[in-house]
Amino acid sequence: MSTVNRPRLRSAWNTTAALLILAVLLFPVYWMLNTALQPESSIAATRWLPTTPSLKNFDVALSTQGGSLLTSFVVALGAVVVCLALAAPAAYGLAQFGLRGGQGIVFTTLITQMVPGIVIANALYSAYAELDLVNSYLGLILADASLGLPFAIVLLRAFMVSIPSEVVEAALVDGANRFTAFVRIVLPMSRNALITAGLFTFLFAWSDFMFALTLNTTDDVKPITLGIYQFVGAHVSDWGAVMATAVLSAIPAAVLLVVAQKYIAAGITGGSIK
Amino acid sequence: MTTITSTASAGAAGGAGTAAPAAADRSPLRRGLLRWLFVAPALAYMALFFGYPLIRNILMSFQHYTPKTYFTGEAPFNGLDNWRNVFANELFSDSLWHTALFTVGSLLGQFTIGLALAVFFSRRFRLSGFVRAILLLPWLVPMVVSAVVWRRILDQDHGMLNSALHAVGLVSQDGVPWLNSPSVALLSAVLVNIWIGIPFNMVILYGGLQEIPRELYEAASLDGSSAWRTFRSITLPMLRPVVTVVLVLGFMSTVKILDLILALTSGGPADSTQTLGTVTYQLSFLQLDFGQGAVVGNVLILISAVFAVLYLRANRADFGKGK
Repeated sequence: MSTVNRPRLRSAWNTTAALLILAVLLFPVYWMLNTALQPESSIAATRWLPTTPSLKNFDVALSTQGGSLLTSFVVALGAVVVCLALAAPAAYGLAQFGLRGGQGIVFTTLITQMVPGIVIANALYSAYAELDLVNSYLGLILADASLGLPFAIVLLRAFMVSIPSEVVEAALVDGANRFTAFVRIVLPMSRNALITAGLFTFLFAWSDFMFALTLNTTDDVKPITLGIYQFVGAHVSDWGAVMATAVLSAIPAAVLLVVAQKYIAAGITGGSIK
Repeated sequence: MTTITSTASAGAAGGAGTAAPAAADRSPLRRGLLRWLFVAPALAYMALFFGYPLIRNILMSFQHYTPKTYFTGEAPFNGLDNWRNVFANELFSDSLWHTALFTVGSLLGQFTIGLALAVFFSRRFRLSGFVRAILLLPWLVPMVVSAVVWRRILDQDHGMLNSALHAVGLVSQDGVPWLNSPSVALLSAVLVNIWIGIPFNMVILYGGLQEIPRELYEAASLDGSSAWRTFRSITLPMLRPVVTVVLVLGFMSTVKILDLILALTSGGPADSTQTLGTVTYQLSFLQLDFGQGAVVGNVLILISAVFAVLYLRANRADFGKGK
């Protein structure tokens, strides 16, 4: 009898240990929520449990930082559009056309991932100043697209290599040109890879702080990362509202983790190893 | 043979042979151009947003920028002045040292804990997949946001960590000056960055562990190999390519750290957490001396380039497969 139960007992122990690990590692996330739900946390010490939870902090957060959340959303969405529009055809070309020098391009794409963002910002600011792109949505969207582009090209190319060329050739026989065949056949077939690349570009752009900090000198275009950074500087006493802002800015990551789990897992392993 | 090799040879032959009839009436040159049109926009973008900044930074490091430059447009070349000034600046050598400590400490912590968790979650038990998925959260949340949350937790007077440590009698009423003392702040930043990096290390290493053939473990257990021996003689050697990728990618994202430091300590107290990234930002965007900022940026690129070579060598297998 005991031999029958041993694996099950061990499994229960492992599950308990896993939940303990989870509790320790996610404690800061809990603390963020806990502080955000306690309206008096700015004066009194934060209690371990939000025994009398209130959404007052979220009211303050939304009224002061709501615009920044919207800005972040627009910028991140724009970055996704730019990034996929550039990466999808390029990945297809690199995967299927056997272009001369194609390997060199993949090689270069991998290298661009290594360029530190602050170096890009340093030179980009001068160029943006001349082109009047400082403090503009377009400027920030274009810069943020760079955070996802190399990743998207590498990921999409790895997928598109496996598309049988006969499928596209058949469409060409039917009179479609290469571009229509790409839009009608290749893109729908690559749906999952496109979603993965798009999700990650969204998260990269949503999380961007450096381009937001360096390519903006006014408050015209202020994403939430910059918003919370300035919020901490100015209202450091109102920690409840700061934490409520933090919770709101963590929502896309949390939602995607629940809704799009398989894409996230595919992206982390696919983008870094392949 | 596979479709992959057949397209490759058709492409190499310029579309000769069994090309589709619809495309046959076009000249090979035009077809070649059409194909490049797919790649050209992305190439142009990368030239503008990666190539141009690299070259411009080298030029800028020999130019004299002042706060007036953006009104007058004048940034005269000044030889090696920027380089001399930066290398004579104690802040630069300090930040180089801080960056090294921060990077080595972060990678050691992230990797060790990430590997331990990856090994642990390779066991079969209930909720394993679910917990593994939720653990990713710290990695997906914007780094600035995590840093702000930690700044509150590590606060000397009102922070939760000091009250908890005081409650169990580990520290006195004063608490540990996590972010207020020049001798502790860098360590605190390392701890926070380890926390941020654990999920990434865990997921990649977990993926690598699943690729190791089960038979190897079965053979080892038949030979009566101990758990530690099995780990050292099978797991680690088989995992080596993945370990290289994880460490190099971790290095790349850690050596240029900026978000975390700015939101956690702003480089203080007493410049004790200034890194190459924050010094570049400070020189260029706060002191508006873009020339000196570019010098530090170039040093950062040089360091990254050395490790990029390592990364590409680890990834060479992938290029072999490509067309």
